[in-house]
Parts: sequence; C-alpha cells; structure tokens
Amino acid sequence: MNDAFDIRNMESHIEVHKFRGGAIVGATLLALMFQAFVPVYFAKAAMIDLPLLITIYFGLSRRNPSTGLLLGMVIGLLQDSLSGPTVPLGLYGIAKTVIGYLASSIGARLDTEHPAARFALTVIFFGLHQGIVLLTRRILLAQSSVWFTIHLAAAAVVNAIVAVFLFALLDHLRKS
Amino acid sequence: MPGIPSRHKSIFLLAGVVLLQILLLALQIKRDSEGRLIRVWTVGAFSPFERAGNHGIGHIRETWRHYFALQNASRENEQLRRENDELKMQVNQLQSKANEADRLALLLNFHKSHENVPMLGARVIATSAGTASATIMLDRGSKDHIKKNMGVITPEGVVGKIVEVYDNTSEVLLLTDKDSGVGAMLGNSRVQSPVGGAGEPLLVMKYVANDDVVNIGERVVTSGMDKIFPRDLPIGTITDIKAGNPFKSIRIRPSANLERLEEVIVLLTLQPLQMMNQETETAKPSAAKPSASVASKPVAETAKAPVSGAAAKPAQAPVAPAPVPAAANAASTVKPE
Repeated sequence: MNDAFDIRNMESHIEVHKFRGGAIVGATLLALMFQAFVPVYFAKAAMIDLPLLITIYFGLSRRNPSTGLLLGMVIGLLQDSLSGPTVPLGLYGIAKTVIGYLASSIGARLDTEHPAARFALTVIFFGLHQGIVLLTRRILLAQSSVWFTIHLAAAAVVNAIVAVFLFALLDHLRKS
Repeated sequence: MPGIPSRHKSIFLLAGVVLLQILLLALQIKRDSEGRLIRVWTVGAFSPFERAGNHGIGHIRETWRHYFALQNASRENEQLRRENDELKMQVNQLQSKANEADRLALLLNFHKSHENVPMLGARVIATSAGTASATIMLDRGSKDHIKKNMGVITPEGVVGKIVEVYDNTSEVLLLTDKDSGVGAMLGNSRVQSPVGGAGEPLLVMKYVANDDVVNIGERVVTSGMDKIFPRDLPIGTITDIKAGNPFKSIRIRPSANLERLEEVIVLLTLQPLQMMNQETETAKPSAAKPSASVASKPVAETAKAPVSGAAAKPAQAPVAPAPVPAAANAASTVKPE
C-alpha cells in the first residue's frame, strides 16, 4: 500500500512534457512520409520504423495512457493505410495502440530521459510491436510468420540507436 | 466514464480501441474458404451457443419425452402387460393344441394302419387318487361300447386294460400297477413270459429262465396270449437283467409314457387280435412260436406301412359303432366289425 502510494508520489514528481503546436502532428506526418517514401530509394531504410519511434517518444513524453494509445492508434491506422492493400487496416493500428498505451504508462512511472533507458525501452517496444504484429497475422489473418530472426534483432538494435538520436532531436520540440 | 476509476479508464479505452480495430480487421479480411473473417468469427462465436442450445434443448426434449410425457405410459404399460399375458396364454394354448394335434395324428396314423382292428379313441380325464394303484380314468364308458378287460394302448405301446366301466367313463389299470399283467415275449428270442407291474415306473418280466439269452435294450412285445392285446404291440425295453433262481429278474421300461397319458386307444374287442400288415408277413419266423407270422418290429413302426387287409384276421365284431370322441374326432374313428 505504501509502495503504491510512493509510486504516485514519484509520478507526481515526473514532468509531463508539452510540445509546441503542431509538433506531434507534424512529426507524425513526417515519420509516415519518411516511412513511405525513403525505402523506395534506400531499401535498408525500411528496417527503421519511424512511426513506431514517434509513438514511443510521444507516449513516453506525454505520459498519458489515453492520449498515448489514441496517438498510437492513429499512427498505426495511417501506417496501415499507407502500406498498400495487402495490409489490412488495424494490423499496425492494434500494435501501435498497445505500444502507445504501454509507453505512456511506463513514461508516467519511470524517468525515460536517459539515452540508455530510451535505447532499452525502444528495443523492448520494438520487440513487443513485432510480437503483436505477428500475433495479429497468425491469429486474425491466418498468415504464417517467423517469431524471431537475426534481421529482426538487428532491426531492433538499429531502431533503438535511431531512437536515441531521434528522441534527442524531438526533445527540441518541447515547450521549455 | 462514470463509475470507472480514473486509473482504469485508459485500460478500458485501450481495450475498446483494440477491439474496434480487431473488428475493423475482421471486416476487411476474407479467407479463401470461409468467407469474411467477421463472418467466421460470428459463426465461431455463436456456434458453441447454438450447439449448446441444441444440446440442451435435445436434453430437455428427451427429458420431457422420457419422464414428463410418460403420463400415459403406466396405463399403456399395464395394457401391454395384459396383452402380453393374453398372448402368452394363447401361445401356450396353441402349443398345447399343436402337441395334441401331433398326438392325434399319431393315433390317426395308427388307426389307419390297423383299419381292421376296432378302436376307440378316448381322453384321459383323471388318474388314481392315491399311490397305492396306477389307474387312469377315460372319458368313454359303456355308452361307447367299452367293456371290462378291453385293451388300452397308444401308438407307442401298451397302456393297460379296462377294469371298470361306467356309463360315460371307464377306468384303466396301467401296466405299472402291481396287480397288472400282460402276455409278452422277447422281441428277438420270442421267449414268452408275462410282464407285470411292480408299483413303480419299471415293469417286471418274471418267468424267463436263466438259460435264455436276454440282452439289455431288447424289445418286449405282446404275445397275444392274454386274449386282450394283439401280437407284437410294443410293451417296453429291457433295462436291467439279474440272474435269479430259477428265473431271471428282468426290468423293463414301458414304451408308452404311462406317466403322461392324455389320449389313448381302446381296443373294442374281447377276441384275440392280430395286427398284421405286409411287413409282418415278411417277418422272420418266431423262435418261440414258429407258426405265428409276426414281425419283430413294433406296431408303431409298422403302422406307417400300408395295411394288408387280406392278412389281417378280423376280430369278433363288437357292438354298435362307437362315437368319435369330441376331442379326438380326427384320430379316433371307430370301425366296428
């Protein structure tokens, strides 16, 4: 009981960041555009899931599960929409909704400003995101997919590294 | 969301949003063999309840049918039980009639094969009241021209003789009675000796010398010497032989089932009879009585052969024609001579 109370106290000391107007929308649209167009020219860039990183970042920063999951849903549905007819609406939407919720929930309890924490959390969320996508494909879409490959592990690390720098860049969009 | 703690609002929101997207997925996905995913899910979600409902309704229907809807079952069961009892009785009656028909058929065949012998069929209506005597009561009496000392037989063999005659009934002394006796001879050696009862199921042949060859299983037939029974009617089969002084002690099992008699034949004559047919004429000569043209086969066996009327020696005519017993009318036609 006391522990729970302490956590709340701790939560109350964690700063909830606010962003400049249009920062979230702009960052989301840029991430989606990058995700949609850059791999056309740089195939390896498809390894980076910028919409996921945006979801994680704003979830950790806003620290509001409701806004975090709604943001993740919107980003995910937009990503689905941009992924072509073979990807049904909701595939990434579900995954990013969950990630947005978890990121917001964790951001409300932990200090996620440290690059190492961001790196670790990104690796975890990336893996969780892939797991949800695979589960959705297997269970709901009856599509076979492998659970783990070296490529996925490398992608997790790459995304985590990108996240460290991206998150630092996005920190500049916060209101001081 | 009123009533939901603020800490859990986001969880419910998450669940709702994810659920909506799952439904969105379901609306889009169309599986090759099962149609749209939403349909698959809907069917999958409802089918267990449908199966459960169907199963439950089936149970309810069976329960209703087997337990609650059985209000008339007891009455029907009682009615069926009564019908079953009636049918069992009918089956028993029919079985009895079939057995009776078989017995009457034997009597008829016997009578047909001995058309020259006056006979009267009679039904056994009673037996002796005590164990001191072995008698039966017939449903025929003096009105049917039955007289004392007339022989009584069945197709299987000798039964006994009439000892009392009343208007409508008569009494027969069975061979097994200790006071009974019949002229007999061995079927093979033709050695003659009277056979009498001993008050027990087996008969006794008393006067066969120790020197005579007698075998167990040998047939014993009537000799005709008692002037009651014609020759060669089967009496029984030897079951036990003991040496005695000066005669052997021979025990015979009666050919006729004297303990379960229902219909019998009364020989309506007091004169010596000869029941002869073609087989008896061709039989080998008797060692005991070479002049007698008798066969070693029992009458019951020879009864199937045609009767040779020329060979039969007509007996003295009895009295007026006897009526046919109602119960054995087919088998006991009377032919007076």
